[in-house]
Amino acid sequence: MTLRLFVPQDAAARAVGADHVAAALAEEAKKKALVLEVVRTGSRGLFWLEPMIEVATADGRVAFGPVGVKDVPGLLVGETPFSRSHPLCLGKAEDIPFLKRQTRITFERCGIIDPLSLADYRAHGGYRGLERARTLGASATVEEVVKSGLRGRGGAGFPTGIKWRTVADTSADRKYIVCNADEGDSGTYADRMIMEGDPFLLIEGMTIAGFAVGASKGYVYIRSEYPDAVRVMERAILLAEAQGLLGAEAGFDLEVRVGAGAYVCGEETSLLESLEGRRGQVRAKPPLPAHKGLFGKPTVINNVISLASVPAILANGAQHYADLGFGRSRGTMPIQLAGNVRHAGLFEAPFGISLGELVDDVGGGTRTGRPVRAVQVGGPLGAYFPRALFNTPFDYEAYAALDGLIGHGGVVVFDDRVDMARQARFALEFCAIESCGKCTPCRIGSVRGTETMDRIIRGERTEANLALITDLCQTLKFGSLCALGGFTPYPVMSAIKHFPEDFHRPRLQAAAE
Amino acid sequence: MPEGTASPEAEAIRIIALHKGREGALLPILHDLQSTFGFITPATVRLVAEALNLTRAEVHGAVSFYHDFREQPAGRHVVKLCRAEACQSMDGEDVARHVLERFGVDWGETTPDGRVTVEATYCLGLCACAPSALIDGQPMARLTPQSVDEIAREVER
Repeated sequence: MTLRLFVPQDAAARAVGADHVAAALAEEAKKKALVLEVVRTGSRGLFWLEPMIEVATADGRVAFGPVGVKDVPGLLVGETPFSRSHPLCLGKAEDIPFLKRQTRITFERCGIIDPLSLADYRAHGGYRGLERARTLGASATVEEVVKSGLRGRGGAGFPTGIKWRTVADTSADRKYIVCNADEGDSGTYADRMIMEGDPFLLIEGMTIAGFAVGASKGYVYIRSEYPDAVRVMERAILLAEAQGLLGAEAGFDLEVRVGAGAYVCGEETSLLESLEGRRGQVRAKPPLPAHKGLFGKPTVINNVISLASVPAILANGAQHYADLGFGRSRGTMPIQLAGNVRHAGLFEAPFGISLGELVDDVGGGTRTGRPVRAVQVGGPLGAYFPRALFNTPFDYEAYAALDGLIGHGGVVVFDDRVDMARQARFALEFCAIESCGKCTPCRIGSVRGTETMDRIIRGERTEANLALITDLCQTLKFGSLCALGGFTPYPVMSAIKHFPEDFHRPRLQAAAE
Repeated sequence: MPEGTASPEAEAIRIIALHKGREGALLPILHDLQSTFGFITPATVRLVAEALNLTRAEVHGAVSFYHDFREQPAGRHVVKLCRAEACQSMDGEDVARHVLERFGVDWGETTPDGRVTVEATYCLGLCACAPSALIDGQPMARLTPQSVDEIAREVER
């Protein structure tokens, strides 16, 4: 009998030993003359259980995890290897509560299929979205995306369909689809998971976008910190080309471009500058990229998850997607629980889930077992939330109303050992490290802000320096060209507002330094 | 670079020619040059500028803007430690301090024997298994001072 096993090849699973487990399984099977078929998949996103391996049974896929190399001999024993009575057995994968309570639309296939098998992709509903788009026609496809209510998942929350309509309505000899895969926010990994675990989904989404707006060339701009994603996407593009799903026959060409370690290139105009072969400096808007984008041509620039949400919207109809959600945030959001949280992983759910439910119920509190003190939502430019705001629903507007943002859906949990003055300082320091240098508030304000925060940490003229920081944050917020300078005040001011006790420190003696 | 073939200059010219016709060729060229030679010299900057009809200032501007591009060679092993918030929340800064002390270097420095360069990075997308690092391009996570010591022993070999 052949045992069919699924072992993730996702970078995070590899980072905790998935490759070693796969090798140990092969070796142990050889010793015991067992025939194994190992399929390397993406990750299901239950990272605290990684490496999580699954075994195909008549009853569905049964999961085991976290599996270490030392567990392998014990799993492959007796008449029935992978016994359900093994202590690492988690039961049927779909029945694990963390997975069961999700609404997986964009991540429907991730962790289940072989990422580089087009046959697998099609067997699990792949390319149905593109087929329906072709049946509907280009302009009806754009309207379908508008109707779905899909908004930019990179963080800005601009309606994706409106962007597409603007590009579709702009005439030009050449148009581009650019996928922003420069996922630089700490606490986020949804783009990486899709590119590594379901790359054809992104290819299909971009092909639909190209068809809808009349663009024949697409670029996926992936950050260099994601070598695995680069490799998988490049390979997937070659496979799609070989089957005529990309290239001349398909009327759409796709190419991967690799970033070079600049956070600011996640800002769309800076990304376009980088793609054109220049320093990634932000452009002033207008003109909008939809009118004058890459090489001055009308360009759709969307985040990975925005584009990866499109195939399901087309395949199942806009209404199905729009029926989910909260307020003006329609559909689902892949929320990424990260940092000091027990059940760290990807949780796709309709908008509206409260922060408390995410952190306490889904996330199970901190990994260290200490009390949760602060939660940063939306990456390094997102606000820090105290427990008092845990009733906030996951929604673009609700977070904006609290001087925060949902950003790309990253949720980083901190326990009670966190020093919020240090976190505020880091936000300013990060802005200084990553500033593109084009506008003064960001370039200089971030440096002066870091120095001022150092004085606060040393207990020097606290009130005066806090007033200075507050004033500086106003300048950053209203005077910066892009979100890097413009939103750095969110983590800084939220830390000061919600955790004031951390900013009033005794004066450090100079000798103590 | 393969030994005994072309001179470094000829090799650089060959790499530049490979990408020259592409839209926005500069970044692919710089990536390729760096993966071949390990860093970007002023001489290569000149070659790239000539080929792409750019000024040397424009090419140098791009090289110096992006954190990835080096103007000095790195150590034989490159350890990129994540210093962003998710890793901070899991004591990543303690692990980082341990690594820097162990190798006796500061951020961005290379050990005197040229074996290891330690660099800061801001997010590797391994935030659910923090703290994390990229060691010679291989992802490593759930790092502790102990696991880092094991990795260091491998690297030092």
